[in-house]
Amino acid sequence: MKNYLKFVIVGHVDHGKSTLIGRLLFDTKSIPQSKIDEVKEVCESLGKPFEFAYLMDYLEEEREKNITIDTTQTFFKTEKRDYVIIDAPGHKEFLKNMITGSALAEAAILIIDAKEGVQEQTKRHAYILQLLNLSQLIVVINKMDLVNYKQQRFKEVKNEILTHLDILKLKPNYIIPISAKEGDFVDKKSQKIEWYNGPAVLEALDSFKPRVAPVNLPLRFPVQDIYEIDGEKIIVGRVESGLIKQNQEIIFFPDGKKSKVKAIKKWRQELAVAETGHCVGITLVDDIDVERGQIISETENRPHITDKFTSTIFWMSRESHKINEPITFKCVTQEIKAKIKKIHKLMDSSTLETIKDRTDEIRETEVAKVEIETDKKIAIEDFSYIPELGRFVLEKNDEIVAGGIITLE
Amino acid sequence: MNHLDELENKSIYIIREAYNRYQKIAQLWSIGKDSTTLLWLCRKAFFDKIPFPMVHIDTTFKFPAMYKFRDKYAKEWGLDLIVASNQEALQKGIGYKTHDAFTCSHELKTVALQQVIAKYGFKALLLGIRRDEHGIRAKERYFSPRNQEFKWNYHDQPPELWDQYKTKAAAETHLRVHPLLHWTELDVWEYIKRENIPVNELYFAKNGQRYRSLGCMPITKPIKSQADTIDKIIEELKNSTEAERAGRAQDKEQMYTMQKLRSLGYM
Repeated sequence: MKNYLKFVIVGHVDHGKSTLIGRLLFDTKSIPQSKIDEVKEVCESLGKPFEFAYLMDYLEEEREKNITIDTTQTFFKTEKRDYVIIDAPGHKEFLKNMITGSALAEAAILIIDAKEGVQEQTKRHAYILQLLNLSQLIVVINKMDLVNYKQQRFKEVKNEILTHLDILKLKPNYIIPISAKEGDFVDKKSQKIEWYNGPAVLEALDSFKPRVAPVNLPLRFPVQDIYEIDGEKIIVGRVESGLIKQNQEIIFFPDGKKSKVKAIKKWRQELAVAETGHCVGITLVDDIDVERGQIISETENRPHITDKFTSTIFWMSRESHKINEPITFKCVTQEIKAKIKKIHKLMDSSTLETIKDRTDEIRETEVAKVEIETDKKIAIEDFSYIPELGRFVLEKNDEIVAGGIITLE
Repeated sequence: MNHLDELENKSIYIIREAYNRYQKIAQLWSIGKDSTTLLWLCRKAFFDKIPFPMVHIDTTFKFPAMYKFRDKYAKEWGLDLIVASNQEALQKGIGYKTHDAFTCSHELKTVALQQVIAKYGFKALLLGIRRDEHGIRAKERYFSPRNQEFKWNYHDQPPELWDQYKTKAAAETHLRVHPLLHWTELDVWEYIKRENIPVNELYFAKNGQRYRSLGCMPITKPIKSQADTIDKIIEELKNSTEAERAGRAQDKEQMYTMQKLRSLGYM
């Protein structure tokens, strides 16, 4: 079994994400001395005091301007397990990088500056976490040193964020007062915050569970490609859910053609069964037409086949988009021309206020409940049932412009 | 699924995705442990019949043991091998004795790569880089576009989520595809051990020294080590606090060299 956890650190710009990561790496002795020396050198040459944040912010511009531009992934370990930390930028204009980072995570830390309290990106990032279904959540109230470690200020900020998270139906597992700069309550408890009885950040992280692929879901195997190897047609793809078995009856969606699995192949190996997450090749007992984008399913529990569905999308592109303009829908290996036919509800992803004066256009950082229509039928699922087939991206001019979550009624 | 299986499956998915989307692709094979691991994964992904060439950018300054290794396995594995060098630069005498590492790297690697891409019209290149090698690499995407001038626009990278990648390149010359991005150095060695992947003898300690990372001979230094087996290397890495590329002079020459080299199109 794997023994590591991927988590993302999100929050408003300058609330201390990179500093917290630098501190985590430092406290867990996960950084080579040569890297610390490199950062010391850089800080000196820029005439600045040693910054933990520089251990993460590698781009020249990031160090000069003290901001994180792009998401970074790094590794550290505790006695319990290994971690991958994903650092997400806090600027509004880098939201797509924040989402790129968060989409990979199994848990999240939402960081808030004790002095500034909840800000625009704090709220927006919380919304993205909720959309991505990241329910293992730690809120850290950082820079406690700047408010003299006062419990009163901690309570104020705590109430402020809980009010917002409550609207999103997000329940944080922990709310921890810390100072990443001073090292309070990061790897261990601190005398300076004796009024707080909860765990330090590392202990809280250690209590989280890695995401495990659920068993007992129906088979979904999107066709990725078809190879002709030594005169044999091999259909390759990844088992996104369930199991695929030798001799199993299968159906190709959306067209509904049936066949039977002859063999399951890996390199120099034949399998009787392939589980979720495995990339395998299969051969069939008969020679039917197969193409990329078809979804192989078991005969019971079929996927939802439709060309019209409702979903919540978040817009990441600087270019805004009008309804009925052509767009490309991509979900696993399905790729198809589509249109947003109607915007049911348009929202500011930070304030959560409904935008009422515009019903035909979606803009950067906005979230919308929309009706999507595809040119041909596709196979989809409810996001909460089989996430792999319940999430998609929209592409325009060969760029990913939005992500979406499907809710079947 | 165990950790190595998870890494392997994710990489194979990306390799197959790159080939399906681009067809005109190649893998850069530097003969080191990472790109040899990537090559191994390509053999797995295509059931031993890799449908694209392996490109070795040959600066002509590599270790003799690397050339020997390359030729042995290119033959044994039936690879379609392209060896590419910047002949003009070599004829002009560009080399480590007379030029700095940055110039050599640019002329003998970047330019040689530009030439081979132009000659064969590759739309995508598979590379064995990993996020844990250097902070700059930690910011890479799996599918990373390069523009016509070969530059990496790290200010404005495409979003990448849920295994949906940048799979069309209109204005760009090509895409760099990084199937090993999520692996660590330790993962690579544990996988080499499990799979019994051949690696160059230079990685194993002789007379108290071994190479941890292989580059051009004049600028690659061995580390002090007694690790003469894979098990010992794994043990050494678990306890090491040294950076992997510490023996590669080119990283240290300039504070932001790596970033500059990358933005100039160096692999």
